Amino acid sequence: MSNTKKADPAAAAELFILRDQVHEPMHDRFLWATMQRRDAQAAAIPEWEELRELASKIKEHTLTHLDHYLEEFEANATKRGAHIHWAIDAAEHNTIVHSILESHGVKELIKSKSMLQEECQMTPFLQNRGIKVIESDLGERIQQLDGQPPSHIVFPSIHKTRRDVAQLFARKIGTDPNNDDPHFLTEVMRNNARPRFLAAGAGMTGGNFAIAETGTFMVCTNEGNADIGASVPPLHIASIGIEKLVPRVEDMGVFLRLLARSAEGEPLTQYSSHFTGPRKGGELHIVLVDNGRSRRLGMPDFWHSLKCIRCGACMNTCPVYRRSGGLAYGATYSGPIGVILDPTFDEFKYSELPFHSTLCGSCTDVCPVKIDISDQIFKWRRVMAKKGYLPLVKRLAFAAAGRAFGHPEEFRLMEEAGGPALGYAPDFLLYNHSLNPWGRDRQLPQPAKKTFREWYLANRSEHGND
Amino acid sequence: METTSSREVILKGIRYSNLFLIKQEAEAPQIPVFQRADTPLKPEFEVHLQKAGGVAHDVSSVAEVETKLAVLHPEAMVICSAVPEIAGTRKVTEVHDPHELADVDVGIVRAQFGVAESGAVWLTQEDLVVDALGFLSQHLIVLLDPNEIVSDMHAAYLRVRLDETAFGCFMMGPSATADVEATLVHGAQGARSLNIFFLPPM
Ligand code: SF4
Repeated sequence: MSNTKKADPAAAAELFILRDQVHEPMHDRFLWATMQRRDAQAAAIPEWEELRELASKIKEHTLTHLDHYLEEFEANATKRGAHIHWAIDAAEHNTIVHSILESHGVKELIKSKSMLQEECQMTPFLQNRGIKVIESDLGERIQQLDGQPPSHIVFPSIHKTRRDVAQLFARKIGTDPNNDDPHFLTEVMRNNARPRFLAAGAGMTGGNFAIAETGTFMVCTNEGNADIGASVPPLHIASIGIEKLVPRVEDMGVFLRLLARSAEGEPLTQYSSHFTGPRKGGELHIVLVDNGRSRRLGMPDFWHSLKCIRCGACMNTCPVYRRSGGLAYGATYSGPIGVILDPTFDEFKYSELPFHSTLCGSCTDVCPVKIDISDQIFKWRRVMAKKGYLPLVKRLAFAAAGRAFGHPEEFRLMEEAGGPALGYAPDFLLYNHSLNPWGRDRQLPQPAKKTFREWYLANRSEHGND
Repeated sequence: METTSSREVILKGIRYSNLFLIKQEAEAPQIPVFQRADTPLKPEFEVHLQKAGGVAHDVSSVAEVETKLAVLHPEAMVICSAVPEIAGTRKVTEVHDPHELADVDVGIVRAQFGVAESGAVWLTQEDLVVDALGFLSQHLIVLLDPNEIVSDMHAAYLRVRLDETAFGCFMMGPSATADVEATLVHGAQGARSLNIFFLPPM
């Protein structure tokens, strides 16, 4: 077991909320607006629920035959001229990437957003070995310049105001600290990144999906930055988690209809790119990464988390995430998906995370691949309780709820009534902010005929601040 | 060799873990054909393209495309074309290295088909000739046959041939970002604008 310090999300969230009257309400408002766009998109597609069910089934089928599909993917990608590498863990992934770069004499690398490369802590590893690594996604680059990890898996710098970005660019790039127009700031980064795309010896991407049938992998972006990185430098390296496989090309119709609608309330991302072998005149390396995934696959209570397509909808809908900010989780993955993924990397370090939730179930309701997120959060609490990792915060509140906690049936009843939502969440997340309808309306949904999410949607819109 | 053994370790780990799971689905599920309202696809395509930040134009001739091009991009110095209809100032077939495209003001390409539910067009390496033309060009002009529009992504993937191209992209409007205060800005890294001209091939 790790002897690292426990991540303390409640304390960190409190800092985010108490910092000023600007950051936390803005964060909450943006993500809520994203959620409303997602809801409108979902409502406009009659087969939405059927698509979610299909996506879930396709992923379940793939994960229970993953060895077969990985071998099929490898064979087809190899046939098309890609070089396939296998990495058991983060260290091996980083070593493989480094050795490819070294053998090509690459000193500068431009990359697009990849949560897997974040998970592997690849950038510091390469920088320590003399390779310059530049993020090309605007939000990711903002975070890199600020020395922070991404705070959201889709919107990495969503917790920052335009003023924060203007001041950061002024410090790091020398622009006018008082010009905080997002158009200006985006243009600054475009002009800053262009020469780097042209100078880079390699481009790196992640992969949103890998198609076994054809040996193709897919990358979705809005900026087109992954495409520049893949099409300009002579060398393209992609890091892909082994859980990203889908069997057939036609499966992508289901997943792409769900992904961007769930993530940002748009029908697609601006660019949905398919790479099958190297481009004309280029070289392509694919690193298939396990890093705990095959072990997670054997956990009957938690393997469904491997279905995740990293859309971020569970974060946007989560009342605790929206108010905490992603950095509060102190982990690569934040929000509800982070709560169920992070403990599989380090149970002790992330033992607080399952308590950073209201168990309201909203995440489960919106997840496009139907992961039972809130049930898994509850199960992780039991794991932590069994291991004796008592939550740092609100021990009293927790103890008061202990009776229900020790009696799952009773807990279920309470949960159905919407009770534990307020019972378990750290109070300051719920009450201390006059602008938040969550805190303003202390009435519990009675009777709880609707799901919690339905109640919350109705309740929130009454306050009409969006 | 290190990678061979890692491969075996990972595959064995998966097989071992799979022993704990119930294999509910022996086959991947069938994807049904979803019924579509019988509405014309072109207007739907145009609405979604506009939402994505692109603009559609009805034209009747190549000459009209060239006139509109001059109005849209009067300052363009380098116009790089991947279509036989329009010469531009540079033929992409004469480009050997993607870096040569760094100065392109306007790229001109023909998409194979469009998707009504999103306003996206499908572009492959064969259409772009040099992939980077689609991403380094400051602005893009896309020619599209108005009869080549499919309804949704299911129909789109029936037409996509990933076994025949090393690169293919559904491109939905120009490059965009909302990374500063969730404010939408076009032209983050890729094309700043995307204009689609409805014109069947000659
Ligand atoms: S758990 Fe579901 S909702 Fe959350 S990021 Fe993953 S796919 Fe999206």
